[in-house]
Amino acid sequence: MADRITRAEVEHVAQLARLALDEQEIVELTEELGAIVDYAAQVSALDTSGVAPTAHPLPLVNVFRADEIRPVLDRDEVLAAAPVAQEKRFRVPRILGEEP
Amino acid sequence: MSAAEIAASVRSGARSARDVVEAHLEIIGGREPDVHAFNLVLADGARAEADAVDAAVARGDDPGPLAGVPLALKDNMCTHGVETTCSSRILEGWRPPYDATVVERVRAAGAIVIGKTNLDEFAMGSSTENSAFGPTKNPHDLTRVPGGSSGGSAAAVAAGFASLALGSDTGGSIRQPAALCGVVGVKPTYGLVSRYGLIAFASSLDQIGPFATTVEDAALLLEAIGGHDRMDSTSITGPAPAILPGLDDGVSGLRIGIVDEMTEIDGIEPAVRDAVRAAAAALEATGATVDTVSVPSTTYGISAYYLIAPAEASSNLARYDGVRYGLRVDAEDVAHMNAATRESGFGREVKRRIMLGTYALSAGYYDAYYGQAQKVRTLILRDFERVYGKFDVLISATSPTVAFGLGAKTADPLAMYLCDVCTVASNLSGHPAMSVPFGTGEGGMPIGVQVLAPALGEPVMFRVARAIEQAAGRTQR
Repeated sequence: MADRITRAEVEHVAQLARLALDEQEIVELTEELGAIVDYAAQVSALDTSGVAPTAHPLPLVNVFRADEIRPVLDRDEVLAAAPVAQEKRFRVPRILGEEP
Repeated sequence: MSAAEIAASVRSGARSARDVVEAHLEIIGGREPDVHAFNLVLADGARAEADAVDAAVARGDDPGPLAGVPLALKDNMCTHGVETTCSSRILEGWRPPYDATVVERVRAAGAIVIGKTNLDEFAMGSSTENSAFGPTKNPHDLTRVPGGSSGGSAAAVAAGFASLALGSDTGGSIRQPAALCGVVGVKPTYGLVSRYGLIAFASSLDQIGPFATTVEDAALLLEAIGGHDRMDSTSITGPAPAILPGLDDGVSGLRIGIVDEMTEIDGIEPAVRDAVRAAAAALEATGATVDTVSVPSTTYGISAYYLIAPAEASSNLARYDGVRYGLRVDAEDVAHMNAATRESGFGREVKRRIMLGTYALSAGYYDAYYGQAQKVRTLILRDFERVYGKFDVLISATSPTVAFGLGAKTADPLAMYLCDVCTVASNLSGHPAMSVPFGTGEGGMPIGVQVLAPALGEPVMFRVARAIEQAAGRTQR
């Protein structure tokens, strides 16, 4: 069960997902994700050779429209919802120098 | 009083919309503290909207087909300037800068938005217990869950807080709570209703649909919200099919199949299985031909769903990064701010799904999990198309059991996921399905029978639902 997903994998995936999980969450999620993935892996029992994936349930085709200027969201209203805004922009902490 | 009756009386001037709203606010005042269907009751806004409807009636203008009907909105649909939370700490206090298309359409039809309803955080759950703001209770028994994720909307209609409600259904989130609360709930064909302004969970599965106390009311609401929207490129190209004109045409000559894999399942409550059989017998008695049918690939529905939905969710929820809206937890640089914000703002089930989805999409696993699940989806779609060559409509259970007790499944995520065993296939195939109340089971709790139809088959699906509703009335009243 739990050996399907290792603690190291959970830590790696948490980093990909930008989640700063605590120790208890890491332990519990290692167990839970293993059980869920075990169950979900049932899909591999089906023969799907030659079957195309369905990414979308309707056979939609691309639609073109005139390139017209239409009203957009009000900038001040959008910025008012931001945690921190400054000079008509979203303000964030330091970007450069972060780990890759 | 049904929504259709309320609208008729308001349009004729026999009753004011304001009077309708005050009556509903009084019912909310009485029972909402126990039920907790709402994250926010919009008493002042509802009164102002009602006065505007009454003014239109006084001027001789047409106030619309839903004139004066109180309607509750699941709190994952954007309302301009009005707090929209998805029952998550990460969006607490957020006031959207625009209205969802469905909100514009229900208001244009004269409906009164009376409140924003509780849900499992980001619509992830089957009991509404994953809300960051506390669970909703089932109005039929306050010790039980209302189902989920649209549990607040289902409970609001069942408790008489609103005549109509809107929910969203990604794997059963309208139909299952409708069944557990004893109301009608509809997941329309994917694309029939615009998703613009619906906060995304799994974009290729999400669909907005109605809750109502009658099949006719559900049709009235679906007609008001359906059809093309230029703001949603996945919406159908034309108008919504007309449902009301043929609603009472009956089921004579229709070929109806009982789906084995969604009715004769392990662990199903016997009373639920009996209800499906009784509904089938009633349809047969009124002129339909009924047979059992197998849709074998649907047994892989839950497995495929719990790879596809979390994968899409992990991508959609990447936008909650503490930059543009909602919560921010400060840290020394952007990456640590993102991670600290998400760790603090998301609840346990949301983190579980983000982790599962990120894992399923990660290098080395994509083909085995997400890729394979998308192919299984094709097999399910083909299976349904083959079956619809022989049957006009399918029926099954909506939920394998009646409403369960609060806390009964919170410790076991997989047990909670299996609540969707009868409903996920319709989201994977994109076909419409709805739940209609039919009888009661354990503890006297309501049972729902599910009606399924091919793409854009809403008119025939509603005809069958109407016949089941009439049969339920004959056996119970």
